[in-house]
Amino acid sequence: MVPADLRYTTDHEWVRLEGDTATVGITQYAADQLGDIVFVELPDVGRSLDQFAAFGVVESVKAVSDLFAPLSGEVTATNPGLTASPEAVNTDPYGDGWMLRIRIADTAQLGELLDAAAYDDLVAAG
Amino acid sequence: MTDPEVSVLRTPLESRHEALSARLIEFSGWRMPVQYSGILDEHRAVRERCGLFDLSHMGELFVDGPEAGAALAAALVTDPPALAVGRAHYSMICAPDGGIVDDLIVYRLAEEQFLVVANAGNAAVVSDALAERLDGFAAVLDDRSLATGLVAIQGPRALVALMPLTDVDLGALRYYAIAEGQVAGIPALVARTGYTGEDGFEVFVDTDRTGELWDALLEATRAHEGVPVGLGARDTLRLEAGMPLYGNELDRTTTPFDAGLGRVVKLGKAGDFVGRAALEKVARDGATRRLVGLIVEGRGIARHGYPVHVGEHASGQVTSGTQSPTLGVPIAMAYVAPADGEPGTVVDVEIRDARVPARVAALPFYRRPG
Repeated sequence: MVPADLRYTTDHEWVRLEGDTATVGITQYAADQLGDIVFVELPDVGRSLDQFAAFGVVESVKAVSDLFAPLSGEVTATNPGLTASPEAVNTDPYGDGWMLRIRIADTAQLGELLDAAAYDDLVAAG
Repeated sequence: MTDPEVSVLRTPLESRHEALSARLIEFSGWRMPVQYSGILDEHRAVRERCGLFDLSHMGELFVDGPEAGAALAAALVTDPPALAVGRAHYSMICAPDGGIVDDLIVYRLAEEQFLVVANAGNAAVVSDALAERLDGFAAVLDDRSLATGLVAIQGPRALVALMPLTDVDLGALRYYAIAEGQVAGIPALVARTGYTGEDGFEVFVDTDRTGELWDALLEATRAHEGVPVGLGARDTLRLEAGMPLYGNELDRTTTPFDAGLGRVVKLGKAGDFVGRAALEKVARDGATRRLVGLIVEGRGIARHGYPVHVGEHASGQVTSGTQSPTLGVPIAMAYVAPADGEPGTVVDVEIRDARVPARVAALPFYRRPG
């Protein structure tokens, strides 16, 4: 089971909502599929993201994979710890492995995200 | 591989990999383990202790007969008759235009018997080419690729792990040598060769004994704090060791001289061989590009196919790249213009839309201590 208090995308990002701020990362399933993560490329603070558009890149030893914004909004913070310790995405994807915070532009977009049960079903279906 | 009529080949160790929770992928027409515990963990185990590899997908081509050596000398760029019995060398089979059909290891098993080991993805092509090129010689090709299992144990503890299991005198077995004996009671050929940059051994047995061999070697590997290793770490290990991979650094449009492997081509040997005229011309005129190592100095990992620039001009392309687990920096191999190939030269790698600085480095990136 994935954390019940988060929302998810079909691209395997998670979202934690606190007021008008969304914290974003990738799920344990995504991190496991990628394998050992060695590099995370994130946008600059202040950049505006569009929902479901690519905002960055995560690289494992073998593969490179795009990251997609779960919601539109302005980037207010990125995780400085991932520069030195990208492996936190593997070891603690919902905690120390967080990637960025967004100031949510349009709360109506939340309706396009999955809840934990729906995301679990998605992963189970392969 | 896109042909649905062609079924995927299965290693004799498939059920064991599944029991070890390996992630299996299709590679060169075979279903093979890409990782078990994780690429970094497996990579470090081989550098520091030991690791066990299933290489049963490789092609094993036996060439027998009074003219086996002469036939191989005409078919390959090296001079197999110059090998002493029990020794091996790195070789290539080229097309008439000098392009590399495959890179190979050639072992001399007896006065009149050689073993040619080909890459899985090229095994059928090499087998067909050898059969054709042996025509007219008193030599017979026996393609035992599917009848042969291959397991490698590599790393600083490989010697002590394997020693109690075999009657082969491993201490006396030199690098690039091979001996016949038993491993875990199974008739085997034991070679001191590998693709990791570490000391280690490759053990050839009959397919139907490969499971038993693996079980015995895995127990010995674990007893020396080693782990099973998949194709993922095999790739990062060989890249750190500066070893080319067919399909990345080597292909039909590449000559051995382009790849910096001109020393492999024995132009001084007697007689003609396939590709001689074309390779003599490249040797005389010089290669038009150069295979180099790169250490990426900016942020990002240079991957296969990414363009390389020097100043405003396009210089070449990355052939392989990864984050080096041993060095902790992104490393790559790339073809660049000959003038841009000197170690220390600063180049830019185009990583997605950004130009990221990198420096040409001497290969290999990693050399084992001692």
